Amino acid sequence: MRIRARGVSKGFARGEALVSKSKISFLGDVDAKSGVIVDRKSDIYGESVANKVLVFPSGKGSTVGTYVLPQLKKNGVAPLAIINERTEVIIAVGAIIAEIPLVDMPEVNVFEILKSGDIVTVNATEGWIEVE
Amino acid sequence: MFLTKEEEKLLESPNEGIRKCMEILVAVGEIFGAEKLIEIKSAQISGVSYSNIGEAGLEWLESLDVKVTVDSFLNPAGFDLERWKEMGIEESYREKQLRIIRAFERMGVKLTLTCTPYYLEEIKKNDHLAWAESSAVIYANSIIGARTNRESGITALAAAVIGKTPYYGLHIKENRAPTVLVKIKGENFALAGLELGKALKEGEIPLVEFNRKPSEEELKLFGAALASTSSCSMFHAVELTPEWKDFETPREKIEVDEAEFEKCSPDLIAIGCPHVSKRELEKIYELLKKYGRVKRNLWIFTSRKIKDECSNLVRKIEELGGKVFSDTCMVVSPASEKFNCVMVNSGKALEYLPKLRKVNATFASLEECVRWATLED
Repeated sequence: MRIRARGVSKGFARGEALVSKSKISFLGDVDAKSGVIVDRKSDIYGESVANKVLVFPSGKGSTVGTYVLPQLKKNGVAPLAIINERTEVIIAVGAIIAEIPLVDMPEVNVFEILKSGDIVTVNATEGWIEVE
Repeated sequence: MFLTKEEEKLLESPNEGIRKCMEILVAVGEIFGAEKLIEIKSAQISGVSYSNIGEAGLEWLESLDVKVTVDSFLNPAGFDLERWKEMGIEESYREKQLRIIRAFERMGVKLTLTCTPYYLEEIKKNDHLAWAESSAVIYANSIIGARTNRESGITALAAAVIGKTPYYGLHIKENRAPTVLVKIKGENFALAGLELGKALKEGEIPLVEFNRKPSEEELKLFGAALASTSSCSMFHAVELTPEWKDFETPREKIEVDEAEFEKCSPDLIAIGCPHVSKRELEKIYELLKKYGRVKRNLWIFTSRKIKDECSNLVRKIEELGGKVFSDTCMVVSPASEKFNCVMVNSGKALEYLPKLRKVNATFASLEECVRWATLED
């Protein structure tokens, strides 16, 4: 099933989804060395975002969080791609500088059709996602 | 968003840094529904202190090979570049901070290291800007009538490189209309600013009625406090600010009193969040003459330019035991962390010191701050 979405940070990736309904602040909620979610209130606490298609509603918190995305990339533990319900500046800019494909505003509610472990393709250059 | 041919070319630039900066502006424009980019007069870039942006920020800034194309100012860093030893800054920290400053210098950013760029260069009403420091943003919009959204350090840098910013939010006149009428009850407007920020809903712009006429410096402290407890980036003040008459008076009305705060006996009294003006330096000197020599740590923060212009005044304040530092402030410098209780006359510093520097903070008026500094422990 191909779902249209808005491409925010260009690129293409295919991988396993990690789905969270919590907003994420990359400064503080994610360990930059390991990519593990350290925010105890998160519904994916203890999981690693490394090499996953990370699906979450939006970002929150300090704008310094932007810089954590390229750091994750450098440490080899960045997500393969990001799908947001509606993205915001901290995450969008972080994805652009880290060259992580990011789409938002998918035409259907992704939380209803996607669960962690599903294989997803994200094409942020053309603006679509595909769930296998 | 509409892009000109020249702007589209920048998205294909062989320089990766320029391409990224343009992609950032387009993404931000799309997120906020901007119709186009507009040219800016200046940019002001935050995220300078190593204590705040850390290794992640440092690495990214050093990786960039770009030059700014408009006047660009830099926010304060983690210490006074000349008097870092007196502030107790460690060599390893200093090296990291200097790498950040050098990275900005290579890009052509002016090393103003101040949160008050409006004391350095003339900013005019209706100028479009891309400023990041929240207290400078609210000052420019409210007190000068210039137009800027609250940028992040990176979006301000991207705007500085391209010379443009997405046209949305406070760049558009009709988005600058007040949405709520606010009556200030308290005596201290910095504390009232903190409280107002907590009371405002997202996106609201207050039209403020003060109970007496505030000085320009009081308005500065009020705005800085307001912007520290909310995302509010503009206020109007009846009879005081340049655009207050341009819109209808909002129907919704609220009253705001002073914010409450913890009390502690200060081992550091810190003034200059935002950086003090010449008038504030004069006032501090007058108060020191009235109350006598400094017996506790009294640190005053200002821009290097104001410090150089007021060198006599600074010398006299220092002869009485105060220290006047530049390039930094109590909120962004790790130097504040070694104290038990920091007394401030700034609502913004009162809000941020416990969060960012993990120290207790207490509040007093400027006069009370100076008086406390002259008391025995």
